Amino acid sequence: MDIVIAVIKIILALVWFLVLTLYLTWLERKESAVIQDRIGANRANIWKFRFLGLFQPFADAIKMIFKEDFVPAFANKFLHTLAPFLSFFFVAITICAVPFGDTLHLAGRTINLQVLDLNAGLLFMLAMLSLGIYGIILSGWASRNRFTLLGGMRGAAQLISYEVALGLSLIGIIMVFPSLSLQSIVRFQGENLLGFIPKWGVLIQPLGFVVFFFAALAETKRVPFDMPEGESEIIGFFTEYGGLKWGLFMMTDFMEIIIVSALLTTLFFGGWQVPWLAADGFQWPWGGGWALPHGIVVLLQLLAFNVKIVFFCWLQILIRWTYPRFRYDQVMDLGWKVLIPLSLLNIVGTGIVMGLLK
Amino acid sequence: MIRALGYFLEIIKGGLITVRHFNTNMWFHTLKVLGFKTKRKGAVTIQYPEEKKALAARHRSLHRLMRREDGKPRCVSCLLCVTVCPSECISVEAAEDPDSEIQKVPAEFIIDMSRCCFCGFCVEACPEDAIRMDTGKIELAEYQRRDLVLDLDKLLK
Repeated sequence: MDIVIAVIKIILALVWFLVLTLYLTWLERKESAVIQDRIGANRANIWKFRFLGLFQPFADAIKMIFKEDFVPAFANKFLHTLAPFLSFFFVAITICAVPFGDTLHLAGRTINLQVLDLNAGLLFMLAMLSLGIYGIILSGWASRNRFTLLGGMRGAAQLISYEVALGLSLIGIIMVFPSLSLQSIVRFQGENLLGFIPKWGVLIQPLGFVVFFFAALAETKRVPFDMPEGESEIIGFFTEYGGLKWGLFMMTDFMEIIIVSALLTTLFFGGWQVPWLAADGFQWPWGGGWALPHGIVVLLQLLAFNVKIVFFCWLQILIRWTYPRFRYDQVMDLGWKVLIPLSLLNIVGTGIVMGLLK
Repeated sequence: MIRALGYFLEIIKGGLITVRHFNTNMWFHTLKVLGFKTKRKGAVTIQYPEEKKALAARHRSLHRLMRREDGKPRCVSCLLCVTVCPSECISVEAAEDPDSEIQKVPAEFIIDMSRCCFCGFCVEACPEDAIRMDTGKIELAEYQRRDLVLDLDKLLK
């Protein structure tokens, strides 16, 4: 029975992840259109039924599937094929540590709404996100093209430098919520500060949040930080890819956005926590409460998690369509000279405040 | 440090511009979806095959040949248009006309639309006002090249 539940959880989490990824491409097109006073893709239809272009992701997928699976004659065939799958795998696997909700009590069982409650879930996520760089380096190397190699090397340099800031910015969070399990970090955020402010990570770790946000933006390799792609100078690490393999790289990008949103939500914005919602209903800080059945509480928590995720996806797409890209040296400067000192400062500051409050 | 903070503020201000665009456009889109009529639209897009922009009065579109009052082509085969055409897409073959006032008529008048660059020089050059580019037809795509070669009958239509 436990195995069945685990399989169902894996399938549901993956379906959620992939559907959100598909519709993130739609959101990207539509949001950029709305920002630029356009309409965006709205022609894909089924029997003249367009419905805001919601069929566009499927049209894109069908187009990519039917394209030729092309490997350049000079490329290393095995590695060239392996690279997009590696890149995709390491992002797709991170979903198993994301806590979607609190425990669900169903038919006498307690089901944790998380595929796997790893006691080092945070480290697992960071590790898998960094391993994704192998896909990029391999694709750059195996294509045997100077520009892809440049793209891959730039990607490696950028990810290594931002990985440091990303990890250091989270040490403050680990100090405040003494756990590496994402589920317990979210549980800690259910408490209230001064009795009425939700104890969300962003309120007790504002500097950590800013550093993490910038570092995570750089991790997604999208426009203000799109050094590996660099479409205006080198075409990037996936120059020699086409069809579904290119599509896997593209999906990896969008999945990284979702994972970064999930991390931001989980660590800094209370995950599935709704302010003042406890396991048996709302408990207002001014006294009194509003009892709710267990099912509704779980649904509200799932809804809160999804709303927060979609908001951060929206914000990241907004940033991608607003800012021009950095120069390569500026990216390195920002990583090593600004974000890492700031995150060290954050650790020291957090330590001092925690020592004083003891 | 203060300068860096200034840059940071400017970055946020820039982001707010796109947020403003998003919010106003989204507001008008939502009103439209809900069925309210607004003066302003959420997008400046003209959805081409369904909606078309009005052409300017002097827009140069597909050519046409003019007729006299009795229905014969006005063209007198002076070959000025053939001479002036920079892409050499017009070819005219002259024939004799019994009327001594006219003397020459085109036996064949061919415009190769696949070569035409829509400069309008033929219209400027014509002394008889026989050729005009005011049909308003701008969708000239064809599946085969030979369909783009227009002869006298097609041009007189």
